[in-house]
Amino acid sequence: MKSHNKSLFQKDLVQEALKQSCVKLNPKIMFRNPVMFTVEIGTAIMLAVCIWTLMGERSQGSLGYNITVFLILLLTLLFANFAEAIAEARGKAQADSLRKTREETPAKRLGSNGEIQVIASSSLKKGDLFYCEAGDIIPTDGEIVEGLATIDESAITGESAPVIREAGGDKSSVTGGTKVLSDQIKVSVTTQPGESFLDKMIALVEGASRQKTPNEIALTILLAGFTLVFIIVCVTLKPFADYANTPITIAAFISLFVCLIPTTIGGLLSAIGIAGMDRALRANVITKSGKAVETAGDIDVLLLDKTGTITIGNRKATHFHVAKHVEKAHFLRSAMLSSVSDDTPEGKSIIELARSNEYKHTAEELAMINSVTHETSDITFIRFTAETRSSGVDLADGTRIRKGASDSIRRLVEKSGNNFPQEIISRVETIASDGGTPLVVCEESPIMGKGVQVLGVIELQDIIKPGIQERFERLRKMGIKTVMVTGDNPLTAKFIAEKAGVDDFIAEAKPEDKMNYIKKEQASGRLVAMMGDGTNDAPALAQADVGVAMNSGTQAAKEAGNMVDLDNDPTKLIEIVEIGKQLLMTRGTLTTFSIANDVAKYFAIIPALFIAAIPALQGLNVMSLHSPESAILSAVIFNAIIIPILIPLALKGVAYKPIGASALLRRNLFIYGIGGIIIPFMGIKAIDIVVSLFM
Amino acid sequence: MNTEIFGVIVMFLITCILAIPFGKYIAKVYTGEKTWLDSLFSPFEKIFFKISRINPASQMNWKEHMVALLTINLIWFLLGMFVLMNQGWLPLNPDQNPGMSAHLAFNTVISFVVNCNLQHYSGETGLSYLGQLWLMFLQFVSAGTGMAAAAVLFTALKERTTTELGNFYNYFIKSCTRILLPISLLTAIILVFNGTPMTFDGKDTMISLQGDSIQVSRGPAAGFIAIKHVGTNGGGFFGVNSAHPFENPNYLTNMTEMVAQMIIPLAMIFALGYFLNRKRLSYMIFGTMTVGFLALAIPNIVMEMHGNPAITQMGIDTSAGAMEGKEIRFGAAASGFWSIATTVISTGSVNAMHDSTMPLSGMNELLAMIINSFYGGVGVGILNFFIFIILAVFISGLMVGRTPEFLGKKVEAREVKIAIIIALIHPFLILVGTALSVALPQYTMDTLNNPGFHGFSEMLYEFTSASANNGSGFEGLGDNTLWWNISTGFVLILSRFIPIIGPVAIAGLLAGKKYIPESAGTLKTDTSTFGLMVFAVIVIIAALTFFPALAIGPIAEYFSMK
Repeated sequence: MKSHNKSLFQKDLVQEALKQSCVKLNPKIMFRNPVMFTVEIGTAIMLAVCIWTLMGERSQGSLGYNITVFLILLLTLLFANFAEAIAEARGKAQADSLRKTREETPAKRLGSNGEIQVIASSSLKKGDLFYCEAGDIIPTDGEIVEGLATIDESAITGESAPVIREAGGDKSSVTGGTKVLSDQIKVSVTTQPGESFLDKMIALVEGASRQKTPNEIALTILLAGFTLVFIIVCVTLKPFADYANTPITIAAFISLFVCLIPTTIGGLLSAIGIAGMDRALRANVITKSGKAVETAGDIDVLLLDKTGTITIGNRKATHFHVAKHVEKAHFLRSAMLSSVSDDTPEGKSIIELARSNEYKHTAEELAMINSVTHETSDITFIRFTAETRSSGVDLADGTRIRKGASDSIRRLVEKSGNNFPQEIISRVETIASDGGTPLVVCEESPIMGKGVQVLGVIELQDIIKPGIQERFERLRKMGIKTVMVTGDNPLTAKFIAEKAGVDDFIAEAKPEDKMNYIKKEQASGRLVAMMGDGTNDAPALAQADVGVAMNSGTQAAKEAGNMVDLDNDPTKLIEIVEIGKQLLMTRGTLTTFSIANDVAKYFAIIPALFIAAIPALQGLNVMSLHSPESAILSAVIFNAIIIPILIPLALKGVAYKPIGASALLRRNLFIYGIGGIIIPFMGIKAIDIVVSLFM
Repeated sequence: MNTEIFGVIVMFLITCILAIPFGKYIAKVYTGEKTWLDSLFSPFEKIFFKISRINPASQMNWKEHMVALLTINLIWFLLGMFVLMNQGWLPLNPDQNPGMSAHLAFNTVISFVVNCNLQHYSGETGLSYLGQLWLMFLQFVSAGTGMAAAAVLFTALKERTTTELGNFYNYFIKSCTRILLPISLLTAIILVFNGTPMTFDGKDTMISLQGDSIQVSRGPAAGFIAIKHVGTNGGGFFGVNSAHPFENPNYLTNMTEMVAQMIIPLAMIFALGYFLNRKRLSYMIFGTMTVGFLALAIPNIVMEMHGNPAITQMGIDTSAGAMEGKEIRFGAAASGFWSIATTVISTGSVNAMHDSTMPLSGMNELLAMIINSFYGGVGVGILNFFIFIILAVFISGLMVGRTPEFLGKKVEAREVKIAIIIALIHPFLILVGTALSVALPQYTMDTLNNPGFHGFSEMLYEFTSASANNGSGFEGLGDNTLWWNISTGFVLILSRFIPIIGPVAIAGLLAGKKYIPESAGTLKTDTSTFGLMVFAVIVIIAALTFFPALAIGPIAEYFSMK
C-alpha cells in the first residue's frame, strides 16, 4: 500500500466514481443524506416543471431556463455523489488488490492423525490446524503452534523486508494473505471464515461496514435543521410574495432553497469521513471504525513506550571511565574482549565505541585493539544470567574478565577480599543519575594474583531519537500530554523523560501499571491513546480510547485495539492524532464555509425574486447582476461547482497546525468564514458575466 | 455634544456600571450566600415553604425543574382566566369595567404568564384594578420563572458531574424577593415622586382650559410600571404604555425606566461569570451582546434624529428628528434608543409609536426581536444566547480539530438536536404565523392600518413580537379580534416554554456528562474570536433567515421612499 498512487484522480477511479454517482441517485440511497435528498426532490419537481412548460404552460418562464435549472440541480447531485464515490473508489481499489492475494488459496489442513488434506481456505474453521512451508500463501489468520518461518508480509504492510514468526511469545501470529519464504510452520486458525483480518480490512476500505460516527450524526442533525429552516423560509415566501403581488416561478423557489441549504458540506460530508479512514490507511494504519479516527483527534494523553519510540532501539556505550592506577589501553582491551562474543546491541556498541577515535588511540594501542577480534578462538564466553547479572570471558591464560551491574561486580570484588573503590561507587552514582546505565568491568588475573580488580566503568546511554523533542513540543501545543512507559528505574526514567521532553513517565512499568494509569486518566475525564504489541498489552489496549496494536503483535493485541499499525512504528500514534484532528477540522471548516456562502446567495437571489414587482429592491442588487434569470442561474451554478472544487480539500483534509486552539480558530474562521462570505460574491458575479453572454 | 445623544450615552453607561455589582449580588443570591435582605425575607419564606410543604433544600434534576415550572405557570393561567373574565362583578372595580371576552382573556393571561404582555386591550377601559393587580402579580412571577430557569442553567454549567441542580421553588422565590422586589420598589418610589399615580380610587375629573370636563383614568400604576420594566414584561397600565404622561412623566423617569428594564438582563450576564467563576466568559457574552445591541441601536438613533425625508420634502422642518409618533419630552434620540432597548430586551414597553419609526428603524426593531438575545429578557435572554453558544461551539469546536465541548462537557447529537429545534421554533412561529395571516385576508385585511409593505411589516411585527415574548406592537394593527387573539396566544405559549425547556435540557444533559479538563487543544469560549463566531452564527442563522420577509416589508418600504 505504500506504493499507492498519490494522485487524487486516477483515470480508472474516476470512471468507477462517475458510474457510482449515477447509481447513488437512487432515492433509497440518497435518503441517508437529508440535505442532498431534499435537493433530489427539488430536482424532481424541476423535471415536472420542465414537462409542464413543454406542454404549453407559460407562467413558469422559458423552457430553456427551466431545463437549465433542472440540469444544474442534477449536476449538483451528481457532484455530491461523485465526491462520495471517488472517496469510496480509492478505498475499493485497495480492497481489490488485497482480495487478489486471497483468492482461494489452497490450505493444507492437518487431520487429527497428522495427515495433510488440501482444502479451500474458506472452509477452514476456527481451531483447525494447517501446515505451511516455503512458497505457500498463508490461507487465513492464525497462531503458530509449532516451528519458525520467515514471512513476506508485503501484501498487507507493503514492507518488503521479511519478518520472522515463531511459536510461542509475542511473534506467533500470522496473517492470511502473507507468504512463507522459508522453513515450515504449523498454525492454529484463530478466526471464523469471513472474519479474518483481511476480510475485515476489505470490508472497511470498501466502506461496506461504514457507519456514521457520532460526530457525523450530530453534524447531520445540524445540517438537517438548517435545511428545515430554509424549507420554512421558502414555503412561507409563497404567501408573502402573493401579498406583494409578486409572481415567483417554481424554478426561482427551488433555486433559492437549494442555494440556501448547506449543500456544500452536505455533499462532501460522507466523502470527508471516508477520506479520513483512507488517510489513516495511507499512513499504513487500519482503523476498525471511523469512530476511532474521530476519537484520535480528541486524545488528551498519549502513552508511549520508551524503547523504539523515544529512544533508538537500545542503549549504547557512550563513555569509558578508567579506574585509577589502570592503564587506559588495558581497560579498553578488557572491555572489548568481554564484549567480543556478546551480540547484544549493547555489546556491539562497546566495541564500536572502543574503536572510535574518541579516545585518541596511539598507533600501538590501535594495533592492540584491532587485534582483539582475532583472539576470539582461544577464549571462553560466559553468558549473562539473571543470577550472576554479569557476563564476560575467560582467556586462555586463565584471566577472567567480567562486566555487569555494579552491585554484582562489587560482590565479586569483595568476595576476593578486595575493597570496591570509592571512586567507582561515586562514578556509578553519577552515571545513573544522568540517566545512563553503568557497567563495571573487573579482571582476575592468576598471573598477578591480586584477586578481582576493578578496571573501570562503561557508561551506557539511551540515545534519544533525533527530532523527538520537536514532536513532543508539537503534541504539547496540541494540548496532548505525553507519558513515557519504561522498565527502567525511576532515576533513569526521570532523566530520559526530561531530556526527551515528555510530560510524565511510568518507571519499572508492569503491564498492569499501564492499565492503572489509563484508568486513572480516564477517571479524570481524559481520553487516552496507547500502542502495544504483546498479549499482556491487550487489556490496556482495550481499555484505552484509542489502542493501536502493532501488526507484528499477537492476535490478542490486534483484537483488543481499535487500530492496527502495519508498519509497527511506535511514533505512528502522533500521526494518527493529527489525522483525527484533520478529519474534524475539515468538517468544521467546510460547514462554516457552506453556511457563510448563504450571505452572498441571499443577495443574488432575493432581489432577483422581487425586482419585477418591486423595482425599488434594485437597491439590494449589490452585485449588479445582469438580470433576475442570470442572477438565479449564477447562484445555482456557483452552488453546484463549489462541490467538485472542494473535493480535493475534502479528501486531503484541512492542514492541521499546532498553534493552539484559539489561534487555530482565528485562522480557520478567517480563511473559511470570511473567505466563505467573500468568495461567492466574486464567484457569482464572475459566473453572471459569463451567463449574461448567452442570454 | 448634542445633549440628546449625551443623555442616551449616560443612560447606557449607568446601566452597564450598575450591572456589574448587581450581577455579583445575583450570583450571591443563587449560590445561597448570605445577603442583607435575608433577615427581612427569610422568616416569610420559611412560613411559605412550611405551608406548601416544600423543602427548599431538596434537589431536582432538570426534568423535575421543568415540571415544577410548567405546573405553577398552568395554575397562574387558570386563575388569571377566572379573574379577567369575571372582573366585572369582582371587587376593586371602581370604573365598572366589564369582564373580558374568553379569547381576549386567553390572549391577555397567556401573554402575561409568558412575560410577553402583548396587550390587545387598553388598561383604562379593559381592566378592573383587581385585574391590573393580578397582571402585576403575573409580571413578578413570570419574570421570576425566567430567572429561576436561568439559575438552573447556571447551576448545571457549574457542577462537574451531577443531576442535582438545586430546587426550583427556592430559585423562584429568591428571584422574586431578593432581586425583583427591591429594585421594583426603588423604581416605583422614583416614579411616584415624579407624578405617577398609585391609588385605588376610580377615575378623576379634570376641567380643561376649554372648560370641558375630562374623565382621567388612574390607579395603582407606579407599582405596575416598575415591575413591567424590572421584569422586562412591558405591559402598560394604560393603553399607550410608557408614552403616557402618567406612566412616564419626564426625562428622569424615562431614564429610570430604561435603566430598570436593562439592569437585570445585563446583570445576569455578569452573574453568570461570578457564579461560574469564569468572568472572562461573561465578558465575551457581554461584548458580543453589546456589539449586537449597538449595531441595532446606533443606526436607529441616527435615523430617527435625521428625520423623515418624505416629510422634509413637504417643506416641513424635521430638524428635531422624525417626531411622528414621538413624545416631545423624550425626543428622537431617547426614543430611538428605547425602541431598540425594549425590543432587544423583550420588554416591549414603548415610549413612542414603533409604527411611525423610519422603515429601517422598524427593521432593526424586528431584528432585535428576531435575535431576541442581545441581552434578551430577564433570565430567558441568557437562555436564548446559550442556544447560539451551543451551535457556535459545535461548529468552531470542529474547526480546532476536536469533537466539540463547552465548559468541559462534550456537545453531542442530542444537544445539537435540541439546540437546532429551539433555533428553528422562532422562525417557524413567526414565518408560518405571518404566512397564515397573509394567506387568510378575510381575518386580517380589515385589521391593517396600512396597505402594502407597511401593512406586511405590521403583521410580521405582531408575530415577531409574540414569538419573542416581547409584547410591543407596531400598533397600526387592530389586534383584538378572534384571529389575532388565538393565533398569537398559541405562538406565545410555544415560544415561551419550548425555548426555556430546550436550553435547560441541554444544560441538564451536559451537567450529567463526564467533565473533561481543559488543555491547550481545547476550544476557548471566553475569547473575542469565539464571540465573533457566536455573532456570525446569530447573524447568519437567526437574522438572515428573515431576509426574504424583511425584503418585502421594511426594506421594500425603505427603497420606495427614496
